[in-house]
Amino acid sequence: MTEIKVGARLRSAVCSTEVMVVAAPDRPVELTCGGVPMIDMDGTPPAGVELSGEAAAGSLMGKRYTNDAADIEVLCTKPGDGSLGLDGEILEVKEAKTLPSSD
Amino acid sequence: MNLMMLLEMAAAGFPERVAVQSGGDALTYEGLFAGSGAAAAVIRASGAERVALLDVNSLAVPVLLFAGAWAGTPVAPLNYRLTGTELDALLERLAPVYLVAEDARCADLRDVPGVTVVSRSDFLAQAGEGEAPAPDWANDPDAIALLLFTSGTTGAPKAAVLRHRHLTSYVLGSVEYGAAAEEDAALVSVPPYHIAGMASVVSSVYAGRRMVQLENFSAEAWVDLARREHVTNAMVVPTMLVRIVDVLEASPDSALPDLRAISYGGGRMPLAVVERAMKLLPHVDFTNAYGLTETSSTITVLGPADHREAAASTEPAVRMRLGSLGTPLPSVELEIRDDDGVRVAPGEPGEIHVRGEQISGEYLGQDARTDADGWFPTRDRGWQDEGGYLYLDGRIDDVIVRGGENISPGEVEDVVLAHAAVLDCAVVGVPDEQWGEVVAAVIVTREGQEVSVDEIRDWVREQLRSSRAPARVEFREELPYSETGKLLRRLVRADLMGST
Repeated sequence: MTEIKVGARLRSAVCSTEVMVVAAPDRPVELTCGGVPMIDMDGTPPAGVELSGEAAAGSLMGKRYTNDAADIEVLCTKPGDGSLGLDGEILEVKEAKTLPSSD
Repeated sequence: MNLMMLLEMAAAGFPERVAVQSGGDALTYEGLFAGSGAAAAVIRASGAERVALLDVNSLAVPVLLFAGAWAGTPVAPLNYRLTGTELDALLERLAPVYLVAEDARCADLRDVPGVTVVSRSDFLAQAGEGEAPAPDWANDPDAIALLLFTSGTTGAPKAAVLRHRHLTSYVLGSVEYGAAAEEDAALVSVPPYHIAGMASVVSSVYAGRRMVQLENFSAEAWVDLARREHVTNAMVVPTMLVRIVDVLEASPDSALPDLRAISYGGGRMPLAVVERAMKLLPHVDFTNAYGLTETSSTITVLGPADHREAAASTEPAVRMRLGSLGTPLPSVELEIRDDDGVRVAPGEPGEIHVRGEQISGEYLGQDARTDADGWFPTRDRGWQDEGGYLYLDGRIDDVIVRGGENISPGEVEDVVLAHAAVLDCAVVGVPDEQWGEVVAAVIVTREGQEVSVDEIRDWVREQLRSSRAPARVEFREELPYSETGKLLRRLVRADLMGST
């Protein structure tokens, strides 16, 4: 469990997924990808971890992911094979806003 | 957060797509990414702490913006009309600075210590030939991305500070990644030193939309380019739309079948122009966008559905919304407050305050104008209707105070402009011994038409309170406007003060 900060960038320990934190709860949480805790961009994956079959639906570039409580939001900046999760809950794609283009 | 993250995602998602084209030259997203990296290496090697741009719309605009983000140096796009001492003064403030200038300008630039001048051609050649370093930009959300000089009414221009977190938040809050279709193209005709020009770059990149640049605006060139390049989206300032509508009406065969959306903003838009444009281009979605440099561009929008509903309505309150600025973006909070800082009821005018991740409100070398809770006083006066639609009265500093009564110049201008003989009008306050200030109107009449001073006074008196009737009425051939269509009231006022 760690505090995660808005604006932080993290990567998956088991696939190519990378995210940026857009909104974060102010409690310690465990953000996972492929069922394994995500690591800092320059971090090294722990030995022996592998993609969990229960969190292998993949992540999609440019999609925002959120939980039921809607207190976390991460933006996928690089896609991969793992599903994003928070404290054991698989995150869902947040529906795209339909704002008119203003520039 | 760094703007480079947006370009990196675009380059990964649609590498082969054209990112930007100018005349016969173009860059793909992959090319823009690599070029920005190569240019960043050159900037770092120069030892400059800031980069500046003295150019019209060209490929150098997006390359320099992202190269600055990559290198970790703030980017300052300068008004290309600036010359001599004005320009030198800005460059002195930016030194040590790496300046990219339009080729023809390079020879005229005077030597300023700490300024490395590079022509646009040389800059783009270096960006095209050099090698991009590893993606090593800093992920510092507080680093300064942009410095935009605002033309102050008095004193030296102020540099508005936009940090990476402001611009990134703006894009993430208002644009969906890859929202543009393969064939989409945005025509960019606002100058790069304007926040709208910079916002169009970052928004288009994240949407994956091809930018088609117009070096210098003329309505004929705009229409021609829009047709030739199958442009689907465009952002224009009010004066541009007026001229575009004129050109389209004069040549019925110049239809724009590919155009799907026009957004406008950056100044007061006459209602009649919007109505004419909507009739002329019924297939086009119109969006009115309101924002300031200090708010990273757009904070409220009046969208296409609002436009159509208002135009078709017979209910005055709904119909009126065609002249509104719409409602705040979901990521922006907005409040109208009175002089004591208290929030007012719908319908009551006051100062527009906004809060959100994209709001900066900060100037270089000064404390941020935002309060402890993050609210930014815009110095714009406006009011909201029951539905939350925002209406703009003008700048607080332009409000005329006549014997203790606040008079908004825009309200009087709207009435004067509705007179059949009036083509254009500016209303300002001028000093008066009895009242402190009185209303003065400067009028441009339509060709071949005349109107007397008394007729104008009676016309205003019939529709507004008598205190709003102009004490002075003057006639001129034209009114002073900035390049982006903002009425320059200080020049109107100076003209009147000089002629008493």
